Amino acid sequence: MIAVIGGGIVGTLTALELLKYYEDVALFEKNPATGMETTKANSGIIHAGYDDEPDTFRAQFSYKGNKMYDDLAELLNFKIKRPGSHVVAYNDDEMEQLYHLAENAKANGFEDDEYEIILKDRLLEMEPNLNKDAIGSLWSPIAGIVDPWEIAQRASIAIRRNGGEVFKNKKFVSVDKKNDKFTLHFEDGTEFDADYVINAAGLYADEVAKAFGDTVPEITPVKGEYYLLNKDIKWVNSVIFPLPTEETKGCLVLPTVDGGFLIGPNANETDSKEDYATSEEGLAEIARDAKKLVPNLKINPGTIMKTFAGLRPETEEKDFYIEKGKDNVIHISGTRSPGLTAAPAIAEYVADMFQEKLEKKQRNIELKGLENNLELIKQDYDKWDEMIQKEPDFGEIICYCNKVTKADVLYAIANGAETIDEIRFFTKSGFGECQGGYCSSKIFEILKDKKDGKLKNIKKFTDDSWIIDSEVRK
Amino acid sequence: MDYRFRGEKMNYKTDIAVIGGGAAGMAAAKKAAENGYNVILIERDNAVGGVLNQCIHNGFGLQYFGEDYTGPEFKEVLEEKVRKNQVKIISNSNVLELFEDKRIKFVNREGIHDIEFKALILTTGARERHINSLGITGDRPAGVFTAGLAQRYINLMNLKPGNKALIVGSGDIGLIMARRLTLEGVEVKGVVEINPYPGGLDRNIQQCLKDFDIPLYLSHSVRKIIGKNRVEKVIVSKVDENFKFTGEEMEFDVDTVVASVGLIPETRPFDIVDTQNGFLVNNLNQTNIDWIFAAGNCTRVFDLVDYVAKEGERAAEYASQYVKNSDEIKKEEFKIIPNENIGVMYPQKIKKDYPVEFYLRVKKPMEKIKIEIPELNYSKVFKEAVPSEMIKIKIKDTSNIEKDVEVNVYEHS
Amino acid sequence: MSTVKELTCVVCPVGCKIKITHDGEKIESVEGNRCDRGYNYAVQEIKNPLRTLVTSVKVNNGNYPLASVRSSKEVPLNKINDLMNIIKNTKVDAPVKKGDVIIKNPLDLGADIVATRSVEKI
Repeated sequence: MIAVIGGGIVGTLTALELLKYYEDVALFEKNPATGMETTKANSGIIHAGYDDEPDTFRAQFSYKGNKMYDDLAELLNFKIKRPGSHVVAYNDDEMEQLYHLAENAKANGFEDDEYEIILKDRLLEMEPNLNKDAIGSLWSPIAGIVDPWEIAQRASIAIRRNGGEVFKNKKFVSVDKKNDKFTLHFEDGTEFDADYVINAAGLYADEVAKAFGDTVPEITPVKGEYYLLNKDIKWVNSVIFPLPTEETKGCLVLPTVDGGFLIGPNANETDSKEDYATSEEGLAEIARDAKKLVPNLKINPGTIMKTFAGLRPETEEKDFYIEKGKDNVIHISGTRSPGLTAAPAIAEYVADMFQEKLEKKQRNIELKGLENNLELIKQDYDKWDEMIQKEPDFGEIICYCNKVTKADVLYAIANGAETIDEIRFFTKSGFGECQGGYCSSKIFEILKDKKDGKLKNIKKFTDDSWIIDSEVRK
Repeated sequence: MDYRFRGEKMNYKTDIAVIGGGAAGMAAAKKAAENGYNVILIERDNAVGGVLNQCIHNGFGLQYFGEDYTGPEFKEVLEEKVRKNQVKIISNSNVLELFEDKRIKFVNREGIHDIEFKALILTTGARERHINSLGITGDRPAGVFTAGLAQRYINLMNLKPGNKALIVGSGDIGLIMARRLTLEGVEVKGVVEINPYPGGLDRNIQQCLKDFDIPLYLSHSVRKIIGKNRVEKVIVSKVDENFKFTGEEMEFDVDTVVASVGLIPETRPFDIVDTQNGFLVNNLNQTNIDWIFAAGNCTRVFDLVDYVAKEGERAAEYASQYVKNSDEIKKEEFKIIPNENIGVMYPQKIKKDYPVEFYLRVKKPMEKIKIEIPELNYSKVFKEAVPSEMIKIKIKDTSNIEKDVEVNVYEHS
Repeated sequence: MSTVKELTCVVCPVGCKIKITHDGEKIESVEGNRCDRGYNYAVQEIKNPLRTLVTSVKVNNGNYPLASVRSSKEVPLNKINDLMNIIKNTKVDAPVKKGDVIIKNPLDLGADIVATRSVEKI
């Protein structure tokens, strides 16, 4: 029995990968849903892979991971676009650095048509809203964009479909070892026995490692704040980067898969691994930096859809840490950028390490994938109509902005969604221009039916995040 | 995208299709049917009426019906007239796409269907701006509602959103909710308004705030929302004349935030129709496409339901004329050019030889103003103009228009 | 001690801005009204403000859980809380028709509580 602790993008893809080779895999996620911490609050970029020096895990896994995303998208049927990316230079020094990145690209295995240094005229033709002081860029057509939580959530469903288990609301607190077997203890008082453990606990990987008596690099949470802008003005066609620094890839301007635009992130250390608050200084910082890239960016109540913040699991090494511990445990830690891109490659690496250091592969099966991406089906009116004829709930629109139907909401609930946020992240209802103004009450109504009427049990996400206090007239 | 006919497909052909069954849509459908045309009214909710269904307060219909109705009463009276005129109402149905060959596709529990029509009237109303658009910092807990959503929970679903509330925005919707929440036992700790003047009518300030001793904080804005899972407190700061935080702060111990921070005309999914903060129309309620008309809050946000109902009827009149004989509708059109004192101008274009009813809002409160429309030989002095109250100017004779029409508002001493 | 209250008259669309000076008991002066109705409205606002009460009652077995209601005439502001308590404890069975009298003349104020929406029986 293999237990994976942590249901982010790395944990879910690793558990799924392991199911190709091993029968008993169980994933434990402390929150009510998978993919809801670092995985959901980042730029959603599948990086091309030129950023990283060839002798790092990051370099080893980013180009590779990028290439694995097409197959992954086919297996899990999630939305992905490949708008490409520019790293933009404003002076000769920066142009030099671009050439260095181009060398990384070559060293990391890029094909010739996957990266190119382009100059001002062509750059401004491709991206007319860029700062006219730009003198050139490193262009890569293979950079992609996704909704990252969608992948973790769909991977969770696939884990179950392929014989694995996913346990939610299970916060790992401690472990006992007896005769080569682990007994995992969770906050709710339950226990679980496992032969092997994969530590994919993201921000908390160092604390989990400690529970196993291992030391991994200490994790410092580094906050990144974002603006999400609406579709009204098409600011950029691809992902726009400034030159990267030692610390971060910088503040970006990029499109999202749904046609909106992300501005951000910044990178500021914070004290707490639970501090997701945005700040005035932070938002001002990203607005300022983003305008260096796109000078006429309008960030105001007419364009802002929302602001949010995410936390990176940063270590001093600034690279991934993937090692076996003293016992039968593999620790995966420090999965900051390009963690999302690298995740499928990390999963493969861990499965190989598992075979090499823990137990030989028992089998080699083809994973069962997910067919219906309801959102993709609705783009074809004939296919959508067919679904409605089989199931009328498919024709009842709940979220007007994103055309989410009652069937979508019920599907999310059937796959374990119990809170408003889970349904939102699963279906994207409430993610459109009206930010839930129209659909919130309808979703509440559906949940109310499913939760046999106890109003305060319907929550936004965790703990005591109740929505409605009581009835008006009893 | 063509679809193949599939058994019991609902494929409609009609004279005039009306999209959106709120006040403007019902009035338009009624009028078009009264004029003798076949009308289909399509509505996404399970009942017509739009926000009227949840606006249980009175003050509706003083002009349109000569009565002081509550929202639900206005809706029932108008709906009866709509049905009496044999308008076909298709509810629980969402429009997906508009095609240039005079067709829309819509979806409901029965499938995806088409409506073919000769003229189209868009009456899709407005949606609320969410407080997320203000970029307020802090946490993102449960307990933040737009005013319309809170109203829907309380009035239609019998659900109370919280116990201690702060209202953001002193427009009429915010004020009405302040009273509604108070009457239902929610402690409303105050109303916060970023401008130095209130956004709603005087009578609502009296009847919603003063009657209940609810404080109104002008020139104040929400700075931060704090709460791990549910709202715990809200930091509010005074703002200066440039709307920058002055640092004079107050802390409100509340579990609920109700935000009334603006309405946005709903123009989706009609990509082929020109829009700029709402569908752009002329004095015939015609859009840039001569068989598409628009009326009500989807063009500009109006003050009174009476106005949107009237606009709906006007759109139906001209849509009827179009169906009868499109060639007879004159084509020459001029732009309407508002000056810098005008915040909202309606309509935005004008055809000569047709009457016009202007609705405009000044940008900031002015004690006395003069409005001049030189091309139409109009000049009048008005007392006290405020942005929250539209000024209406009706002009019958527009035969002398020869160029774009300037509408100028001046401060008058 | 005299207080001056400023209000906007709501009796007709003109909306006169009226200034009333009073000492808590007696009206000392009323200025700004253009007619008698405005005068009466202003005095009433000081002596015994009247309001239309709008709220909801619980409906049993209806397609909506609530029926919105209004007072058929304006009622004294200082009686609103008492009226609300009566209304909060009132339940009606569907069907309800717009115009139905839900509570007849509560507290003998000369106004009925009347349904403003129809609710069908399910």
